[in-house]
Amino acid sequence: MTQNIMTTTISSAIRAGTPLLFASIGELLAERSGVLNLGVEGMMLIGAFTGFAVSYNTGNLLLAVVAAMAAAAVLAALHAFMSVTLRANQVVSGLALVFLGSGLSGFWGQRYVGMQAQALSNFSIPFLGKIPIVGEVLFNRDPLVYVGYIIVPLVWWFLYKTKAGMNLRAVGEAPSAADARGINVSLTRYVYTIVGGAFAGLGGAYLSLAYTPMWVENMSAGRGWIAIVLVIFAIWDPLIAMAGAYLFGGISVLQFGLQVAQIPIPANIMKMFPYLFTIIVMLFTSGEKMKKRFGAPSALGVPYSREGKM
Amino acid sequence: MRLKIEKRNESASTLSVLSMSVLSVVVSLVILGFIILSLGKNPIDAYIQLVSWPFGTIAGLTQSLISMTPLLFTSLGLVLAFKMKLWNIGAEGQFYMGAFGATWGALFLFNHISNPWIMLPLIALLGAGVGAGWGTLAGVMKARLGVNEILSTLMLNYVAIYWVNYLVYGPWRDPASYNFPITAEFPKAAILPQYTANGINLGMFLAIAASFFVYYLLKWTRFGFEIDISGDNPKAAEYAGINVKKMIVIVMAVSGALSGLGGMMQMSGVLFRLQPNFSPGYGYTAIIIVLLARLNPFVTVVVAFLFGGLIVGTQQIQLFLQIPFSLVNAFQGLLLFSFVAGEALLHYKLRWLKA
Repeated sequence: MTQNIMTTTISSAIRAGTPLLFASIGELLAERSGVLNLGVEGMMLIGAFTGFAVSYNTGNLLLAVVAAMAAAAVLAALHAFMSVTLRANQVVSGLALVFLGSGLSGFWGQRYVGMQAQALSNFSIPFLGKIPIVGEVLFNRDPLVYVGYIIVPLVWWFLYKTKAGMNLRAVGEAPSAADARGINVSLTRYVYTIVGGAFAGLGGAYLSLAYTPMWVENMSAGRGWIAIVLVIFAIWDPLIAMAGAYLFGGISVLQFGLQVAQIPIPANIMKMFPYLFTIIVMLFTSGEKMKKRFGAPSALGVPYSREGKM
Repeated sequence: MRLKIEKRNESASTLSVLSMSVLSVVVSLVILGFIILSLGKNPIDAYIQLVSWPFGTIAGLTQSLISMTPLLFTSLGLVLAFKMKLWNIGAEGQFYMGAFGATWGALFLFNHISNPWIMLPLIALLGAGVGAGWGTLAGVMKARLGVNEILSTLMLNYVAIYWVNYLVYGPWRDPASYNFPITAEFPKAAILPQYTANGINLGMFLAIAASFFVYYLLKWTRFGFEIDISGDNPKAAEYAGINVKKMIVIVMAVSGALSGLGGMMQMSGVLFRLQPNFSPGYGYTAIIIVLLARLNPFVTVVVAFLFGGLIVGTQQIQLFLQIPFSLVNAFQGLLLFSFVAGEALLHYKLRWLKA
């Protein structure tokens, strides 16, 4: 029985952490290039809606996931245009993205409320899935959970072990030096902001196609914001972001554990936990000194121009 | 061909700022028209109703003024915070907490008081106080530990909304409500004077008075001067002997107090009982209002009124044209985008270069 609770809790923590994982990896890439995109919540919502709508209309889950990523990437491109080309205020542009993503998804999504669409189902990985307990917890999940397992080490490898990854970090750290070395700063920022958006869309698609397979207005419920905090928590390292995402996932499913253990905490109080936990995490990870020491990209949120600071 | 951006030498004139604002709205409306069209609805019909109901009928005008009130209180709170470049995104949560404070006072702490002259100031203070406390939390975290106020105030919004949910679904639920998640009705002493049968109440006038108060604060007091300097140049402010960290906490408190007061007015003036999700995002709309009003308290009144009309008008077209209410959010997003682009274009100009 206890073992059962453990396996259920851990596997639901992984499920709850997966959308956060994708969204924070996306934000991490954008921020590494020096672009702060506060619009994650809006991009997740557009992704969740698009994924659901495409799945509903075509029944093709692969297409649904790709469309979700593309839709969120379009929003991200808008932010990139504002931040990189127009050198507009990135905070305001990011907020605009939240409004737009939430509004458009709610607007177009209204006819899908209460509908059912094809959803991602679990499948057991041969051999690995047969391992007692571990197999059940880790390798008997839906395909996007596995994508999460694979993508994080890949992104880590890309960031630290490839030339392109090095260029990306250079653009976020010292854009003028990168420019002098012949790296196209603007292009780099466009690319990773857009790729970051696609990841946020993937996180959104996970919500509407796997986690709670339906469309509900504003269903991401602040996860986009939590993902931004996670990037800080992870000190811009994809591996820590992964651990953090599952940890946050664990906090948000804590309520089920407490219910099973028959600890009487009202549902609405338990729903505060992820947000309160996020605040607590921020208490320990904020501060300029802390960020400098642990490697926040130096040029984060600062537009770049060859003529120097404007 | 390559797009190049260059700094403008001259600073933007009032006329160009104004025409840029008008242009932003027009561009947003055109794009929104296509979005409406995508649902197979006629945008011209939608726009006609969107404007004619809230601004062309007495009933609609009244409703617009009523929804202007919470928008104005939350917006004025943000004017102060944004002046200091404090991104308080938490007006929504502070508004909820103000409503919570007012309800706490009206139904539990002071429910034996039957004189409105005593009751109303007390619950107004309590609402403002709880809202101020909610803002202060984020202020202290920012001042002491450097916690980003955008993220902290946003998280606090969710906490506040669930807190109100907890109360109205739990201990504060009215036993006579047939299991609806609402509290009991406010006693008579806790209800603001009503001037018309359809709900114009003292709250609206107090909101307008508050805009004078904020204007006075910013323009004529040392506090306003300190806000200005701390926002423009914190280093210079420190040299001038201003304790910027203290300012952060105080400004967040005052900002939260105004939003909290708005929550109290909404309870005492319009709704009379606490209930879940009683705000259609007033605190978020306030962000757009103050940015479009360029942080001017008086312009804020006008813009808040227009947005009150926008909310009322959208409710109308939702009812009669089956256009989802989320249209408001999409419109606000578009407005904010064109605002931020316009702002950039006032300071820079784009040029096509032959590569």
